[in-house]
Amino acid sequence: MPTKPTGTLYRGKTGMWSWVLHRITGVSIFFFLLVHTLDTALVRLDPVAYNQVIATYKTPVIGVAELGLVAAILFHSLNGVRIILIDFWSKGAKYQRAMFWIVIALAFVLFAGFAPRHIMHILEYIQAGK
Amino acid sequence: MVTIETPRSPRNRKSAQREKQAWLFMRASGVVLIVLIFGHLFINLFSGNGIKAIDFAFVAGKWANPLWKIWDTLMLWLALIHGTNGMRTLVNDYTQREGIRKFLNIALWTICIALIILGTLVTTTFDPCPDTSVASALPQFCK
Repeated sequence: MPTKPTGTLYRGKTGMWSWVLHRITGVSIFFFLLVHTLDTALVRLDPVAYNQVIATYKTPVIGVAELGLVAAILFHSLNGVRIILIDFWSKGAKYQRAMFWIVIALAFVLFAGFAPRHIMHILEYIQAGK
Repeated sequence: MVTIETPRSPRNRKSAQREKQAWLFMRASGVVLIVLIFGHLFINLFSGNGIKAIDFAFVAGKWANPLWKIWDTLMLWLALIHGTNGMRTLVNDYTQREGIRKFLNIALWTICIALIILGTLVTTTFDPCPDTSVASALPQFCK
């Protein structure tokens, strides 16, 4: 249905971009969840088939995708706390912008703690000759 | 087409009530999911050998403890309902035709329920030592 171009409700800045990022990360995590439920279901069918499928999670390409997944989960969960605080804390709306940057900083610190270790595991897996 | 309703038109109380419950559920389940998923990521991707260590024997060893079975089953239910409800919000926001909106929402909840049933069957009927399998793929405690 064609709609007439009108003015925009989008306001930009951290308030809008945190909302956009929350949606993008949410959708990404959702589709991973569908795949992950199905691949894990293989443990009930055949141990060998499960091991083969889970081996693809250890390859360099999927290994990098997992970094993205963890980054998405970190942002989505911490920003979720920010949303809850905006909704339920009397000063939440006032500090929403500061909280956005705290979310980014915390996500970054946690990611920095995770990423080198995960990359190391992937590299070790390649070295072991797969 | 989805239109913005006339201002001050009477709210359908039942659906408004349901929306409020969904809104509350997103926040309550979100808090629980942070604990469940952070714990899941820490054990499976961070500690020990991380992703390298994950195979059938790893899962069987983990699920030998009922705590992890309950943990994973609860995580499955909450994550799927939380995710599906989030997708419902996006579908309601971005679809323009009522028929497509309804179709997508029905598809989403069908997939959600199917995966919850599948996943719950997997965790509750799990056999760590199936005798049909190759012995080398099984955990050591099967021998």
